[in-house]
Amino acid sequence: MSSAAVTNKKGFGATLWDYLTTVDHKKLGVMYLFAGTLFFAIAGFEALLMRLQLMIPNNDFVSAGTFNELLTMHGTTMLFLAATPLLFGFMNAIVPLQIGARDVAFPFLNSLGFWLFFLGALFLHLSFFLGGAPDAGWTNYASLALYSPGHGIDFYVLGLQISGAGTLISGINFIVTIITMRAPGMTFMRMPLFTWTSLISSALILFAFPPLTVGLFLMLVDRMFEANFFDHTMGGNTIIWEHLFWIFGHPEVYILVLPAFGLFSEIIPVFARKRLFGYSSMVFATILIGFLGFMVWAHHMFTTGLGATANAIFAVATMAIAVPTGMKVFNWIMTIWGGSVKVTVPMLYALGFIPSFVAGGVTGVMQAAAPLDYQLHDSYFIVAHFHYVIVGGIVTAIFGSMHFYWPIMFNRALSEKLGVWTFWIFFIGFHCTFFIQHFLGLMGMPRRVFTFQADQGWDLFNFISSIGAILMAIGVILLVINIIITAKSKPLNCRDYWGDGRSLEWAIKTPVPFYNFKQTPLVRGYDPYWLEKHEGNKEGMIYAEPLGDIHMPNNSILPLVMSIGTFVAAFGALYHPDGKAWAIPVLILGLAITVGAMIVRSVKDDLGFHVHVEEVIATEEHLYGKGGNK
Amino acid sequence: MGHDTQVQAKSKKQYEYDRHHNAVHMRKQVINFAIMIFLTFLAFAVVVADFSAYFIKPVILLLAGVQVVLQLYSFMHMDDKKASHMGVISTFVWFGAVIAFTMFLTFLTIIWW
Ligand SMILES: [Cu+2]
Repeated sequence: MSSAAVTNKKGFGATLWDYLTTVDHKKLGVMYLFAGTLFFAIAGFEALLMRLQLMIPNNDFVSAGTFNELLTMHGTTMLFLAATPLLFGFMNAIVPLQIGARDVAFPFLNSLGFWLFFLGALFLHLSFFLGGAPDAGWTNYASLALYSPGHGIDFYVLGLQISGAGTLISGINFIVTIITMRAPGMTFMRMPLFTWTSLISSALILFAFPPLTVGLFLMLVDRMFEANFFDHTMGGNTIIWEHLFWIFGHPEVYILVLPAFGLFSEIIPVFARKRLFGYSSMVFATILIGFLGFMVWAHHMFTTGLGATANAIFAVATMAIAVPTGMKVFNWIMTIWGGSVKVTVPMLYALGFIPSFVAGGVTGVMQAAAPLDYQLHDSYFIVAHFHYVIVGGIVTAIFGSMHFYWPIMFNRALSEKLGVWTFWIFFIGFHCTFFIQHFLGLMGMPRRVFTFQADQGWDLFNFISSIGAILMAIGVILLVINIIITAKSKPLNCRDYWGDGRSLEWAIKTPVPFYNFKQTPLVRGYDPYWLEKHEGNKEGMIYAEPLGDIHMPNNSILPLVMSIGTFVAAFGALYHPDGKAWAIPVLILGLAITVGAMIVRSVKDDLGFHVHVEEVIATEEHLYGKGGNK
Repeated sequence: MGHDTQVQAKSKKQYEYDRHHNAVHMRKQVINFAIMIFLTFLAFAVVVADFSAYFIKPVILLLAGVQVVLQLYSFMHMDDKKASHMGVISTFVWFGAVIAFTMFLTFLTIIWW
C-alpha cells in the first residue's frame, strides 16, 4: 500500500480497482463530485426538454406522459442525486482537512454511503429503459402515485430507499467526524463555517431521513401488497403521505442550502481579505435555521384544509426563519463591506448569489402568508421561487466552490477566463428563465402542465423563459469544457493557491498526500492558517505532535458488494407483484449478498495499517521534491 | 489495542477504592430498578382500581415520562457526566425527542381532526 503511494505509474485496471475499493475521503469526494455532475447533467437535460416543449403554445415536442416523467425525474434527480452528492463531494474533500483529521471517523461507511447512493441512483434511472419512469412529481403524492400504472413509482420508492440509506450513513459519519476528530485546539467556536454547516446539515439528515424512509416503506407496501395506509376508501388517509414527505422535505431544503451557505462563508472572507463578520452569530443562525426547519413543514400544505389555526401557526413559524437567514445575509454583506475585494470567479458566484438568494427568500416569505398562498399554490410563482433558492443558492455555491476548491481537490486550477464567461452566461440565463416565471404564475399559469393554449398572454414569457434555459445549458457545457481542458493543464504543486486562504485546508501543500497532514496541526485560534501566516510562520502550521507512524484504514471492496446486494434485491421486490417466478429468489439472493458481506466484515478483523516514518518522508519527497512539505 | 492483553496488578488502595465505587454504583442501580418496578405497579394499579379514564390517562402518561427519563439517565448512563461528548449526546437525544413530539402532536391535532 505504502509503496503504491510512492510508485508513479499504475495500469488502468489497478486504478479502477483502487477507486472501487477506496476508503480515502479525498477520492470519495472526487467520486461524489463526478457522479453528482453526471446526474446534474441528466436532470438538466430533462429540464431543457421540458422548456423546449413549453417554448411555444400547443407544442407536441414531447407527449403529456413523457412530460410527467421528465418533470418527476428532473426534480427527484436534482435534489437527491445531484445537489446532495455534489455537496457531499465538497464535505468529503474539505471537512477532514479543515478540522485537521486524517480521514472521516468511519472510512468504510463513507465508501458504503457512496456506493448505496450511486447504485440507488442507477436503479432509479434504469426505469427509463424498463417500462417508464416515475410520473407523479418529485413529491410523489399518494393520491396520484398509488394509481400510477407500470413500475415507475416502484422504481422511485426502491431507488430512493437505497440512496436514502446511503445519505443517512454519510450524515451520521460526518456528525461523528466533526464532533470527535478535530485537531488539538480546534474548539467548536473555532471551527470554520463550512464545517459548522456540514455538522448541522448532517444532524438534519439524521432527523429528516427516517420520516422519508417510513413514508417510502408505507408507499411500498401499499403498492406491492395492497396495504391501505394512504387509501381513504379503505380507512387510510392520503394526507399522511404529504405530512411524512414534507416533514422530510422541508429540512431537505436546509440540508442542501446550509452547506451552500457554509461554502460562501469560506469564499467571501478569502476574497474580501477580511475576517468573516459576526462569526458567532453565523453559528447561532445556522443552528436556529436547522431547528426551525423542522417546525414548518405544513406550509407546503396550506391548501389541503388543515384549518385556520394550523395554517396560522405554520405561517408564523415559517416567517420566523427569515430572521436568522437575514442575519446571515447581513453578515456576508458586512464581510465584503470595507474589504479589499478581489473579484475572482468564486467571488463572482458569491456576489451573484446574495441578491438571487434574497429574491428567493422574499418570495418564500410571501408564500408563507397562508391566504396569499391559496392564490400562489401550484402556479409558476412557486416554480420561480424554489428555483431562485435552489439555483440561486445551491447551484451557484457548487459552481463557485468548484473553482474555489479545484486546486485542493485536483492540484490544478480551472480557467478563470472561461469561468467568467460561464458565470455570466449561466447567471443571465438563470434570471431570464425564472424571473419571468413569477409573472407567469401571477397571470395564472399552473405548474406541471405539459402545454398551454395560445393568446392568454403567456406566449412571449414562456418563450423568453425557454431561451434562458438554453443559455443555462450553454453555461454548464462551458463549465464541463473548462474541467476537461484543466485536466490536461500542468499541476500546481503549491500551497494556498488563492494567496489569502484562512482555514486549515489551505495550509497543506497540494497534491495532498493520502494521510493528509504529516503531523496533526495545532490550532491556536479562529482562521488558524491566517494566524500562522500573520505571525510569519513559513512552514504552514505549528504541529501538535512529532513526526511518527501514521495509522490508516485498509481499502475494501465490501461496501460495493453490499450495495450491489441491495441493488439486486430491489429488482426482486420490484417484479414480485407481477407474479414473476424468479422475483422472490432474486430478492433472497440480493439480501444474501448484502448480509454475507456484512458477516465477512464483522468476522474478519481489519485493523488498518501503519505508514512508517521513513515511508512518510519518502512520500513527501516524492510529492514535493527534496525537503518535503516545507 | 484490545488485542494485546495487559496484565496490571492493582494496589491495595486502588482495589479498596474500586470496591467502594462499585458498591455505590450497584446500590444506585438497584434503587432505580425498584423505582421502575414500583411505577409499573402503580400504572397497573390505577387501571385495576377502575378510576375514571380522565384520571388514568394523564397519570399513566406521566409515569411513562418519568420512566423514560430514568431509563435514559440511569440505565443508559446519560447521567455519566465524565463520559466523552455527553453534552453533545444529550443535545441530540433531546432535540430528537422535541421533533418527534411535535410530529406526534400535529398528527393527533390536525390530521385526524
Ligand atoms: Cu418548506
